[in-house]
Amino acid sequence: MAKRGSQLADKISIDMTPMIDVVFQLISFFMFSLKVVAPEGDFDIRMPLGVAAAAAPDDQQVPPVRVKLSAGPGGELAGIAMNGTPVADFDELRSRIIALVGTDTGPNSLADRAEVELDCDQELRYVNVVRAITAVSGKIQDGQIVELIKKIKFTPPKRG
Amino acid sequence: MAKRASSGPSTTDIDMTPMIDMTFQLITFFMFVMNFSEAEQDDRIQLPLSQLAKPVEGAMETPITLQLTQDGSVIYAGELISVRDIGGYLEREKAVMLDAGKEPNSATLIVRADGRAKTGEVQDIIRICQEKGFERFVLRAQYDEGR
Repeated sequence: MAKRGSQLADKISIDMTPMIDVVFQLISFFMFSLKVVAPEGDFDIRMPLGVAAAAAPDDQQVPPVRVKLSAGPGGELAGIAMNGTPVADFDELRSRIIALVGTDTGPNSLADRAEVELDCDQELRYVNVVRAITAVSGKIQDGQIVELIKKIKFTPPKRG
Repeated sequence: MAKRASSGPSTTDIDMTPMIDMTFQLITFFMFVMNFSEAEQDDRIQLPLSQLAKPVEGAMETPITLQLTQDGSVIYAGELISVRDIGGYLEREKAVMLDAGKEPNSATLIVRADGRAKTGEVQDIIRICQEKGFERFVLRAQYDEGR
């Protein structure tokens, strides 16, 4: 093969400066507009006004599971009760719910029709409500969410 | 002055390729992690954690976000107001919806309440919204990956 030694050195030099300027502008734009957001999720609460009292009882309707959350003097959780019987903690509440509705969560199953009514003390810290909703609305099994009761409502607030 | 025409501009050539490679990698990274969602979030709210709070897919129809702080005030559209005043703001929201030909009960009220807030205040918010004709509520929690 022929050797073409010194001719290769005559390359056309491109001026990189504008490109690098633009690229750095882009980087700084994306860097400053970056917002670190924690993933968030929702729990549905269905509370149409007045329907609870007006709805006629039919045979499809199961009586709501009443979960009472009592608050201590500082707003901390003092006690949980399900349908009037005391429950030790949220894990026990979840197993009671599973015992009540079973593991069948398909359409028109008991878990699908059942409803939980949360009766919370006014002073209770809200974090306990979310823990109670987490306990009744599902469980984690092998990394998968198994849904339990999805219909959740609050009792009307009692003003003392 | 002596002229040094031909021997003059002997600049050192820097190889730009690795720098440009890296820079484009950075651009791509920031482009992908960029979040265009209009989700209202506020640092003043410390959401309760829940393992079941999986991030929602898709957008909700007419979301209205009400954020309840630890001391019981509400952040609505970036403004700090008291719980009693949200009725007026919701009335305005309702008027806008009715103008657009939508029913207020098709809107979803997103309640982002601080974990240390009182439950009674969350219930007050829900009651006021109900009185204004809103029916769909979601309680927002932060997804807990741990355990």
